[in-house]
Amino acid sequence: MSSTLTLNEASIGHIAHQDDAHGHGEHHHKETFISKYVFSLDHKTISKQFLVTGIIWAIVGGLFSVLFRLQLGYPNSTFPWLEDLLGHWAQGGKIQPEFYYALVTMHGTILVFFVLTAGLSGTFSNFLIPLQIGARDMASPLLNCMSYWFFFGASIVMMSSLFVQTGPASGGWTIYPPLSALGDASMGSKIGMDLWLISMALFIVSSLLGGLNYITTVLNMRTKGMSMTRMPLTIWAFFFTAVLGVLSFPVLLSGAILLLFDRNLGTSFFLSDIVVAGKILPNEGGSAILFQHLFWFLGHPEVYIILLPAMGISSEVLSVNSRKPIFGYMAMVGSMFAITILAFLVWAHHMFVTGLNPFLGAFFVLLTLLIAIPSAIKVFNWLTTLWKGNIRFTPAMLFAIGFVSLFISGGLTGIFLGNSALDIHLHDTYFVIAHFHIVMGVASMFGMFAGVYHWYPKMFGRYLNNTLGYIHFWLTIVGAYLIFWPMHYEGLAGMPRRYYDFQNWESFKMFGGLNEFISFVSIVVFAAQLLFVLNFFYSIWKGRKVTTMNPWDATTLEWTTPIRPGHGNWTGEIPEVHRWPYDYAKVGKDGKDFIAQNVPIGAEEKTNDEIQAEGLKRKTALA
Amino acid sequence: MKELFILAVVAMIFLVIFQIAKASEYVSVLKGEDKTRKQTNKINGFLLVAFLVFGLIGVYVCNHWFFKKTLFTQGSASVEGMAIDKMLYMTIGVTGVIFIITQILLFCFCFRYQERDGQKATFFAHSTKLELLWTTVPAIFLTILVVFGLINWFKMTGTPPDGAAVVEITGHQFGWEMRYPGKDRILGKKDYKKYNTPSGNTLGVDFDDVNSLDDLHTTEMHLVVNKPVKLVINSQDVIHDVGLNHFRMKMDAVPGIPTTLWFTPQITTADMKVKTGNPNFVYEISCDQLCGKSHFSMRGVIVVEKQEQYDKWIAEQKPEYFTLFPNKAPKDLTDTLGKQLAVLTPTKK
Repeated sequence: MSSTLTLNEASIGHIAHQDDAHGHGEHHHKETFISKYVFSLDHKTISKQFLVTGIIWAIVGGLFSVLFRLQLGYPNSTFPWLEDLLGHWAQGGKIQPEFYYALVTMHGTILVFFVLTAGLSGTFSNFLIPLQIGARDMASPLLNCMSYWFFFGASIVMMSSLFVQTGPASGGWTIYPPLSALGDASMGSKIGMDLWLISMALFIVSSLLGGLNYITTVLNMRTKGMSMTRMPLTIWAFFFTAVLGVLSFPVLLSGAILLLFDRNLGTSFFLSDIVVAGKILPNEGGSAILFQHLFWFLGHPEVYIILLPAMGISSEVLSVNSRKPIFGYMAMVGSMFAITILAFLVWAHHMFVTGLNPFLGAFFVLLTLLIAIPSAIKVFNWLTTLWKGNIRFTPAMLFAIGFVSLFISGGLTGIFLGNSALDIHLHDTYFVIAHFHIVMGVASMFGMFAGVYHWYPKMFGRYLNNTLGYIHFWLTIVGAYLIFWPMHYEGLAGMPRRYYDFQNWESFKMFGGLNEFISFVSIVVFAAQLLFVLNFFYSIWKGRKVTTMNPWDATTLEWTTPIRPGHGNWTGEIPEVHRWPYDYAKVGKDGKDFIAQNVPIGAEEKTNDEIQAEGLKRKTALA
Repeated sequence: MKELFILAVVAMIFLVIFQIAKASEYVSVLKGEDKTRKQTNKINGFLLVAFLVFGLIGVYVCNHWFFKKTLFTQGSASVEGMAIDKMLYMTIGVTGVIFIITQILLFCFCFRYQERDGQKATFFAHSTKLELLWTTVPAIFLTILVVFGLINWFKMTGTPPDGAAVVEITGHQFGWEMRYPGKDRILGKKDYKKYNTPSGNTLGVDFDDVNSLDDLHTTEMHLVVNKPVKLVINSQDVIHDVGLNHFRMKMDAVPGIPTTLWFTPQITTADMKVKTGNPNFVYEISCDQLCGKSHFSMRGVIVVEKQEQYDKWIAEQKPEYFTLFPNKAPKDLTDTLGKQLAVLTPTKK
């Protein structure tokens, strides 16, 4: 530990040391625009690059959902302006089926990978790991920089696929072959699919570079006194997220490469017995189901890659703003660990109706429903954290509370879907859409928003506008529930997902009015997100300035850095850590209701157990 | 023009909200940030409880409006589906109670423990007893749900009862085709490379196999009420999925890997028309796995009828062999199926 620290300080911390020595360090390191903002090695800048790229992608992905919701909500209307915007994809002002499926596919791909993986984990792992564990930067700032630029490359390739003549990939974000393997089967499976796969390969490289860096940094570069069990839950969450990514993304890469082979080199990994567009294909002996195993071996951990950072961020924000320690710290770590392990053992619950061996399916049912236990522990621990707190409703706190509410709502429907017999009926219906949008999509977005509102002052030295934050929160949570709650009923009726139009179906056409309502609300919610974007960019330059080092009265190390920390984070020595990160509801020497991690344990300071026992006794006595 | 106008209005609304937000920020600085924080805290605490109350009312209203539109008020059209309905009600019961309790706790704690003057947070970081409680209670409920689920799962995915009818269903972009085994109750072999040889052999049936000679190729699926049926599911191109929402059944159609599912229809189409009050009611097969641009219109029809009606319908179907090889067909097409088969018999070895 200590030897690594010395190395770390020697190699990365030299900027700060020089600052100390000469007092005018910035003149020594003349940074150009390129080195400071483009190919920056500073983890804070890289994190902002991830965040801004993520926001741009979120706008694109969100806009796509608005476009296809127009079709679903108003299937008989035409929108001539769509033709102006999209050309032949919206001939006569009506989105064409091929393009509808392209929109659906890109919406999923963008939101899952580019926004909720890169935008969420990329931003906050990068930003918080060094700041909260007390390191001057990542273990390898260069790999970190490359991680962003591979992501940027992936973004460029994916973006360009939107503009090719045959359109982007349109086989769903899960790109199941043979549909995704055969250009004759779908327009989107022509060049658009190759671009999708190349982009994803670049994305996986980015994710691996990032993940390895996060793991190394957390394991090796914690400051003195920062034992693993003194790390904030955010860091634990990012650590487990990185482990999940490093172990599962390569499997998707293998699937993507095999699919590229099938598409371009005439191999038959996933193809067998196919007649398409009247042509008899020579491929025999492949298995389309094999791809699904490879895909979901990443695809399921991916869900937790998205969710764990949101859990970590929410835990931290809930604790800070309840002015109370997080309840059950070790149980929280333990349940995240359990989720990480189980995440690898449940992938086939996405495949209950593929003809999977029923005996094998039974194990996946059992393991899947096991995840409900650590999830339940987390929920009850969050609730207990709020209990007897003294809660401040900052916008970040509201989003964290919203996260818990959504996580409960969406988590419970997972119990329906994980039970294979019920899944037979609900599989690939709107019930699934409602489930994963609430628990993974919206909930993780809420975790991300909580993080942005909470750490914005540290990122930019300015505050976001609070009023806009409150408007943003209330419109979003009300809207999210209005959109996704009624979808459960459509799913119970067996209404399939990924349908362009339901009007010719005797079984599904009764939901026309509801679909229109959902589409309307989704437009309003999208507009509310633009309000956030406006707030975000406006406040970078014009927001209220932060004037105190620790605006939220938090205990963690990032608030011991200067208001606008330079590369190297701390101007002097890295602070030493003396206690766990949740010493709230304790009166410190300065009379405040928390004691920061870098404050040494006082001679007469009571242990946590003693304080807890006393506090509870006093409360019962008062009652 | 209209679009531009709407755009301008939206932009105006944004601007107004933005200006109000800016102004409120200045006001808060003037008033003192501490005071403002306390005020907004109260407002948000109130809103959180209001959200809970209106949310729960909303859940009730939503259920009131939409539950009757789900299939569960009609009851399952298959015997096996009844178990799924029961499981669903049980799961809704368990999760519903947890949902209401936890959401009430969440928002009420927020309201009750919002920041107040003189209120201090209690240091409460750990309690083994509590944590054990909420590890074991969910575990018990989950065990119950898993046990019921797996019993149903094994029953449904197990072998169909003896004497179950067999129907083959093949999906392709973008439609379904059925094949009935004919009198011999055996489906003839297929070979995808025989597609369209002879012309019109869209399923790629191998007519060198004698078992295929009496097989019937139809576009609709007819089933006998109260008689178990096993579907043999194929796909010719990409992955499709046989979605039978009224029967609570679903199974993928995978090229190269035949799958099966079985169920026992228990309500005829005619009875269902009465039951639902919808004269247009029809059992639909929906494709539930994205399969290309017309995925949303890949529809099939199932007719569930009494044995007599079924017998009449099946007698009207002509073996595909005769359609594809008209010169081998018996001259008198009004002949009964039995006689047609008699003509075929000499070719069987």
